[in-house]
Parts: sequence; structure tokens; C-alpha cells
Amino acid sequence: MAQVVLKQVSKTFSNQQVVKGIDLLIPDGSFTVLVGPSGCGKSTTLRMIAGLESVGGGEILIGEQKVNQLPPGKRDVAMVFQNYALYPTMSVYDNIAYGLRNRGTPKKECKALVEEISEIVGLTPYLARKPSQLSGGQRQRVALARAMVKKPKVFLMDEPLSNLDAKLRNQMRVELTSLHKQLGSTFIYVTHDQVEAMTMGDQIVVMSEGDIMQVAAPLELYQEPDNLFVAQFIGSPAMNIVADGENSPLVWGFRPEKAQLLPESAVSAAATEQRTLRGTVVSREILGADSLCHVNTDKGRVIVKVDTETSIQMGAHVQVAVHVNHVYEFDRTTGKRTGKAAGRAQQQALAGGVL
Amino acid sequence: MRKEAAAPQLAGTGNEVSEKLSGASLELRERIRPYLYVAPAMLFFGLFFFFPIVYVIYLSFFDWSLLNLEEMEWVGFANFTALFMEEDFQQVLGNTLVYTVATVGLGICLSFLLALWLNRKAKVYGIVQAAVFSPHIVSLVSVAMLWMWLMDPQYGLLNALLEWVGLPGYTWLSDTKSAMISLILVSIWKGVGYNTLVFIAGMQSIPRDIYEAAELDYSSWWRTLTRITIPMLSPTMFFLLVINTVSSFQVFDTIYIMTQGGPVNSTNMLVFYIYEQGMDFYNGGAASAASVILLVMVGLLTLLQFRLMEKKVHYR
Repeated sequence: MAQVVLKQVSKTFSNQQVVKGIDLLIPDGSFTVLVGPSGCGKSTTLRMIAGLESVGGGEILIGEQKVNQLPPGKRDVAMVFQNYALYPTMSVYDNIAYGLRNRGTPKKECKALVEEISEIVGLTPYLARKPSQLSGGQRQRVALARAMVKKPKVFLMDEPLSNLDAKLRNQMRVELTSLHKQLGSTFIYVTHDQVEAMTMGDQIVVMSEGDIMQVAAPLELYQEPDNLFVAQFIGSPAMNIVADGENSPLVWGFRPEKAQLLPESAVSAAATEQRTLRGTVVSREILGADSLCHVNTDKGRVIVKVDTETSIQMGAHVQVAVHVNHVYEFDRTTGKRTGKAAGRAQQQALAGGVL
Repeated sequence: MRKEAAAPQLAGTGNEVSEKLSGASLELRERIRPYLYVAPAMLFFGLFFFFPIVYVIYLSFFDWSLLNLEEMEWVGFANFTALFMEEDFQQVLGNTLVYTVATVGLGICLSFLLALWLNRKAKVYGIVQAAVFSPHIVSLVSVAMLWMWLMDPQYGLLNALLEWVGLPGYTWLSDTKSAMISLILVSIWKGVGYNTLVFIAGMQSIPRDIYEAAELDYSSWWRTLTRITIPMLSPTMFFLLVINTVSSFQVFDTIYIMTQGGPVNSTNMLVFYIYEQGMDFYNGGAASAASVILLVMVGLLTLLQFRLMEKKVHYR
């Protein structure tokens, strides 16, 4: 177990700076998720921590030790790759034991460790098989077991679930989080999937174009985005952003699930506490319990999440009403949040607790 | 599907007998169709590959001469027993084996080492790769002529170099001991480029993240080589082993140009022996029998390689 500290870490590939001097503290024992769109530098950052990529500038500390010059094998980290990167010519047992043997672990101890870990991840019946004889989920477990058996200070995971089907992905998500709780080690997890990030991480690092946009806990990230990028990246569907006019220095946004659809003629009781947009319903996507209504308003198209049972006519003229507490304002040029409403996350957490 | 589609059309004729006949001929046509598709290739294969093999086996049981094809005498296995009794032929077999083991063994080892060295990204390695590969595209006759000059005892470059460093000159191709070594050297020089290129292609197909996983597993260079690279290259190695063995058994050009099987039969090998028997001594029976022996030996050896290596080769 160890904390990981990044100080002004940067990386340049053929004149293009892909990581732009980031500072980050990954607390000991945390499940930190680096999330962002493709090419945002999250994988490069992870690979620099692993030692698979040299550090362009700055410092990386694992525990108290600066690791910039340490080879990957000596950093006491283990990594699970996107394609698992299992050794195809070795049996499952040898795959798991390879790292231990390279460190000169005695045969007996090695056997005991491999068997113990295999039991935890449910691989005991498959130890003699080759990776090619395993299913995707089982391969994933071998990759995990290979990482776990070394008992590293830090686990690094580079989109480890992206090759699994949706059902298995959900199952492995739960298993990974419970594994984290069980081991108590520091996990650093890279994904482009914000749902994965929100459900698994206790600290989420949102990255874009080589910079960190925000570091926060999942709920805070959702409720108190620091900037337009985070506001639109986190949450599904994305936050609606509208501008009051061409010359307005601000844009404002609201989450689709925080808006209400009202008949055009309805007069809200608390009009002063609401912002409204007038428009026409143009389409509706049924997700199950909820539906997404696409409304063309005079300030652009917005999405409103409504109960599927609510009857809504296509082409109906409606009002989209949002309580001012759920309105977020951003500077149009910098994208920075203005007038951040304080304490929203705590209030929500409290309310959740009472319910 | 086609049959189903055709059925209503046939029913429309109203004639039950002709309908049945048409149905039967349609079925026959369907059955013959795939054979018609492969017929040209099979004909070519049969005429130029299968027939000569069968015919040479047939000829090997006769005593016959290219000068007089009318008189062919059935001798059974006499051609074979005579060959195996003959000391020259025993030497030819021995030479062929020595040559094959040496060229295949050394050639593959050397190519593997070269590939390990050249499998890098810098431009200079690309240039060296091209240089190493170039002998492969030169005709074997030119290669043989070139090496004859290099190995010339009086005017050759190799002896000039030896003299330059103060060593005595060497009778490369005219010494019974060194002639075989010289031929092996030429063969390796000619083949190493192709083998290296195939090895490099094999190495580049190994996913990079496997090496990264090995790095994180604290795997030393040697262990990565022996536990990851070599096992993952086993299909490539096996492929090269088979094709190099087959081509070594069939060596002819270099012998014909450089040594003519000499001195004292020391570089005579199976294919050249067959040529000598057939074309120089007009002994068709012996040439056919030796051809059959070559066929059986190469076939058996390839089969043996497949059987032995099957379990060791890892196919992805």
C-alpha cells in the first residue's frame, strides 16, 4: 500500500505534448479512476507510473520513493492490460507464477501463493490450461491473479473491462470494487467510460487534452462540476448547455433529470425560482423506466428525462422548467464555473441518508 | 436453395416423368459442380506433379538408359540394393546429411541472432536488413560465381585477406576437407537474409504488451528471450526448419558450378548424384531409384519434424 504523487509530470511524443505538467495526489488505499476521452493522456499517465513510458518532466513518487529512473519491475506495481497481455505459451499457473519466479520466490511458497490467489479469483480448475482455452472473463481473472499474486503497493489497470461483453463487464465491475475493499491496496484505473468511473472510483480524475480538469469524488463531480468539460463529460445523457444570447458572457446548463416538462400554458407557482425554456417535443427515446424527450427550444435543443409513463405527444408545445438550484453557470470563454453553489453535494448526501 | 427455387418451374411443365428426370440430372449436376471447379488445378497438379512421381517410382524398378529407351528391363529392387551397396552413394547420402544439418542448424541460429539484433526501429537497422536480405534476390548461379572468385586460391579476396593478416592461404574448393565447408558457407550466406526477414516478421507479430507485462514481472532479458520470444516464435522456427531442410536436400546449382561434386566425391550430394547418373552416365535406373530415395527421405524427415514439433509449436 502506498500513495502515489505526481508533481508537474509531463510527456511529449514527437513534438506533441500529451501530458501537460500535471499535479496529482493519489491517496494510499484509494480507488482512483483516470477518465477522459481518447487521447486525453490518461493511459500515458498510467504508463508513466508503471515505468513503461519514460517521464518527460516532473517527478513521480510511489510511497516516499521517487521512481522516475526505476525500471517497471522494481516499482512494486502490477498492471492489468486492456488485452490482458497474458503469456500465450504458458499455462495459467505459469502465467501467475512467472513474476514470483523471476523474483526468486522458493518453489513451495510460489505454489502456495498461486493456489491461494487462484482460489480467490476462482481459477483453481483452470490452472493447467493455456490462455487460448479460456473465455474472456477467465482471461481477465488470470490477468488479475497475475497482478494480485505479487502483492504490489499499487495496482494499475488500463481499461481492463473494455474487451468484455456488457453483462460480464457489470459483474467484473462489482468484483473489482469488492476486491479493492478486500485488499485495501491503491488502485489506479484508466477508462474512457464515465459510468465505469462513477460506479467504481472513490476519487475520479477527469482529464482532457493532457490536463486535469477536476479531481473529486463521484457525487461531487456530478453535482459540482468545475467547468463545462466536466459538466458535459460526466452524466448520461450529458448536461444541457444553453446560452441566453450571442453576447452573453455566460452560458448555463442543467441536468436532463433535473428539468420538468410542463404544458405550454402552465403557470408555475414558483416562477421566480425557476428558469423556463419554451419549445416543441421532437423525439422521445424510451430507456425503460425513464424516457429522454428531445425538445427544440428557442435557445437550442435540450434533453429532458421524464418518467416513461408520462404521456407526451410528439410536436407538443411545452415548457422546460428548471429550479434555479439546479442551474449551473459557466464562463463562455474559459468554460470555468461561476457562482458555484456551495454545499449541494453535502445536502444531497444528507437527504440520501435520511431516505 | 437453388433446388427449391427450381422445383416450381419444373412442376409447371406438367410432365411427371420428365420432371423426375430433370430433378435427377439437376442433382447430378450439383454433385459434379465442385469437381468441375477444381478440375483445372487438379489436372495441372496431376500432370506435372503426381504423374512424374508415380512414373519415376515405376522407372526405378527397371534397368534402362536414356540412350536406349526401347530396352527397359524389369529388375525389381535391384537398383535400390545396388545403390545402397555402392560406397560412392553412401558417401553422397552422408554428404547430404552433413550439409543439411550444418546449413539448416547454423543458418537458422545465425538468422535468429541477426533478427534479434536487427529488430529495432532506427533507420540504420533497416539498411542492414536490406543488405542482409540482398543475397536472397541474387540468382544462385551468380552467387556461386561470386564465391568461386572470392575463394580462388590465387586471386581470391578471402586468401588476400588471410595473407594481409599474416595467415597462410587456403585451398577452399580444392581440398576434400574444406570444399564441403565452403559450400555450406555459401548456402548460409545466400539463405540467411530470407530467414532473418521471416524471423523479424515473427518477432514483430508478438504483441508489445506481452513484453511490457514481462517487464512488470521483473523478467530478465534472458528469461524474456527463452520464456517468451522463443516459444512465441516456434511456428516461425518450425516453418523455416521445414523449408530449409527440404531445400538443403535439393541442393544442386552451387555444386554444379563450384565443385562438380569433387574433390573425390566429397561434395557430391543427392540431386547432383541423380543428375550425374542420368545425364552423364545415362544410367536411368539408378537415377530414378536415387530420386525415389530422395523423395522418401525428404517426406519422412518432414513427417518426423511435424510429429516431433507438433506439441512444441505454439499456434495462436
